[in-house]
Amino acid sequence: MTARPVDLKVDVEYVTRVEGHGHIHVETRAGELTRCEWNVVESPRFFEAFLRGRPWQEAALITSRICGICSPGHQLTSLKATEAAFGIKPSEQTILLRKLICDAATLQSHILHVYFLVSPDLLGVPSVIPLTKTHPDVVARALKLKKLANDITDMIGGRAVHPVTMIPGGFTRVPAPDDLKKARDRLEAAIDDLVATAKLVRDLAGKIPGFERDTEYIALRARGEYALYDGDIHSSDDGAHPVAEYRRVTNERVKPYSSAKHAAFHRSSYMVGALARLNINFDLLDGLGAMAAQVLGYRAPVRNPYWNNIAQVIEAAFVTERMIRWIDRLLAMGPKPEPKPKVKPRAGRGVGATEVPRGILFHDYTYDGDGRIADANCIIPTNQNCASIEDDMRALVPKLIEEGRSRDEITFALEVLVRAYDPCISCSVH
Amino acid sequence: MKPKVAFFDFASCEGCQLQKLNCEEELPLVLDAVEIVNFREASSARSDDYEIAFVEGSITTPHCVERIKKIRAQAKFLVAFGACASTGGLNMLKNFQPLDEVRAYVYGDGAKYFDTLPVRPVHEVVPVDYKIHGCPGDKGDILECVRSLLLGKIPKEKRYPVCVECKRKDNICRYDEGEVCLGPITRAGCGANCPSNAFHCFGCRGLVDDPVTDSARDVLAKHGLTPDEILKKFRLFYGYSEVAR
Repeated sequence: MTARPVDLKVDVEYVTRVEGHGHIHVETRAGELTRCEWNVVESPRFFEAFLRGRPWQEAALITSRICGICSPGHQLTSLKATEAAFGIKPSEQTILLRKLICDAATLQSHILHVYFLVSPDLLGVPSVIPLTKTHPDVVARALKLKKLANDITDMIGGRAVHPVTMIPGGFTRVPAPDDLKKARDRLEAAIDDLVATAKLVRDLAGKIPGFERDTEYIALRARGEYALYDGDIHSSDDGAHPVAEYRRVTNERVKPYSSAKHAAFHRSSYMVGALARLNINFDLLDGLGAMAAQVLGYRAPVRNPYWNNIAQVIEAAFVTERMIRWIDRLLAMGPKPEPKPKVKPRAGRGVGATEVPRGILFHDYTYDGDGRIADANCIIPTNQNCASIEDDMRALVPKLIEEGRSRDEITFALEVLVRAYDPCISCSVH
Repeated sequence: MKPKVAFFDFASCEGCQLQKLNCEEELPLVLDAVEIVNFREASSARSDDYEIAFVEGSITTPHCVERIKKIRAQAKFLVAFGACASTGGLNMLKNFQPLDEVRAYVYGDGAKYFDTLPVRPVHEVVPVDYKIHGCPGDKGDILECVRSLLLGKIPKEKRYPVCVECKRKDNICRYDEGEVCLGPITRAGCGANCPSNAFHCFGCRGLVDDPVTDSARDVLAKHGLTPDEILKKFRLFYGYSEVAR
C-alpha cells in the first residue's frame, strides 16, 4: 500500500471519449474533500431562447440539433410535446414506426459507447484505433452493429443523424415492405453478435471498478412494455408521476461552474439512463435482454454506476430482438402510406417525455394561437445526471484514498466514472 | 508519411463528429491512409502536431476565439466541417435576439456566469481553406474531401442549387405538393436528401453562390407566406447572410 495522499488535487481538463467538453476538479485537504466538481464548460447555444417565435412545424427540426447523437430521440420527444399541445393522436402505424426508430437509435448509441468509448479503458488503450490492429474482429462486429442500427434509422427517418420524415401526427413517407424485411433479416443475423458482445463484456467485467452508492433512479415506466418511447415518470423512491408534472421531479438549478444545469428530486441527486431504466423496469425485460442480463450477472437493483455500461449491453441485446417484433407487426399491417396529418394549431402547452439512450428527456412547449412557440423548456438526461456524477465522486474519492490508491489511479477512476454515464455534454448545455 | 489529421469541436450538436464515425465501411480504409492524432470525442491520445484540422461548431465565446486561433496557427489546411462551422448554422438564430435577454431566459439569475458572444462561423474569425456544408455534414462530402487532400488536390464546393440534384432524382417538386421549399436557392451536395424523403428543403447547406433571392421571395409570397414568415424561413439556416436581416 502506498502512502495515503492527504492533500490530493485532481484536475482533468477536457475529459476524452465523451461527447462535449467537461473538466473534473477534486481537492482534498488534510483528508477532507474540499472541492468536488464535474465542471461542464461547453458553450451554451440557447435553444430555448431562440425557439421562441418559431412555428410548430419547425419545433422537431430545430430541437433535433440539440444533439447529433440522440437526434431521433429529440425529434420524438418534440413531436409528442407538440401533439400533446394540439390534441393530435397519431396512428398505430406511426407509433410502431416511432418505437422502431427509438430502439434503433438506442442500439446505435449503446454500441458506439460500449465499443468505441468504453472498451479502450477495459483493454488499456487510448482509443479504438489501435484495436483495429489488435482486435480486428471485435471492431468489425462493432461497426457492423452500428451500421445496422444506422441503416434502420435511415430507412425510417431518411437519414441517421437529424432524420427528416417524422412530423407532428405522422410520417412524410413510410418504409417499403421489402426494406422492412431486409432489416428484419439483418436483425436476426445480428442476434449472435449481441450474444458475442455480452460474452466479451462479461469477460472484461472484472476490470469494472467495484463501487456502490444508494441513490434514487428515475425512468419512464409503461404498462406491459419496457418503456423507451413512452410511459409515466417513475422514481425508485416513490413510484409514478405524470409526465406533465415533470418539473416537480427535475427541479433544475444553475451552478456557477457548470453551463449544464443540475437536477434533484428526493435526494441531493438522482440517476437516469440505462442503469436507472433497468432498475425500474427489470421485470419487463424478456428474451435476449433477459438472457444478456443473466450472462452478465445483472440482478436489479444494481447500485454501481459503472455498471451503466453493462446495462447498455443488456438493452442493446433487448432492443435488437424487440425491433424484429415491431417489424413483424408493421408487416402484418401493410405498411400503408400515412395521410398528410391535419394539424389545427391552438394556444396551449404540451409536454413530451422519451427515454433516449442516456435517460429520460423532456420537451415542454407553450404555443400561442397561431402555433408559434411562446415558451420552451428542454431537460436533457445528462443535466439530470450532473449532480449524480458529483455525488458519486464525493463517495468514491474517500474510498479510493482509504484503499491507498495513487493520484493517477484516482484520476483514472474518476475519468472512467464520468465516461460510464455516457454524458452527452453539448446536448445537456444546448 | 501519412498526413496527420486532428478533429476539433466548438458550439454544435456533435452530429458531424458522429457522421465521421458513421462512415462504417470506409473508416478502416481512412485509418490506413491518415494518422488521426487528436480526436477528443474518440481518443485519449492528444497531440498538437497535425497538418489537417477538421473543425466542427460555431464560435460563441472569447475562449473559442483563442482556441480557433491556435488551431489555425498549427494547421496547414483547415476544414470548416458542417453548418455550424461553415455558416454558423441555426446557432445564428440567437443573434436576432438581445444577448442579455437570451442569457437571462435560459439561466435566470445565473446568467452572469455564462458569457456569450454573437455566433460566428469559423471563417469570420480565422481563414478557412475549405467548407463542408450541411446539417449534418454529408458523409460523401467528408470522404471526397479526404480523398482530394490525399491526392494533393483542393476539393470543390458545389456551385448549383439543390433543385438540380432533386430533378436528377425525378422527385415530385414540393411546390407541386402544395408546400414551400428552399431548394432553388440552397447549395447542393446533399443529393436532395430531404425532398427525396417527401420533406421540403429548409436550407441547411446555406445559400448557393449568386442566389436569386428576390425571385425566391416572390415565389414564397405567391404561395401565401407573409414577409415575416419568409424572413423566419431565411433566418433558420441563412442567418449569416444579409437576406436574413
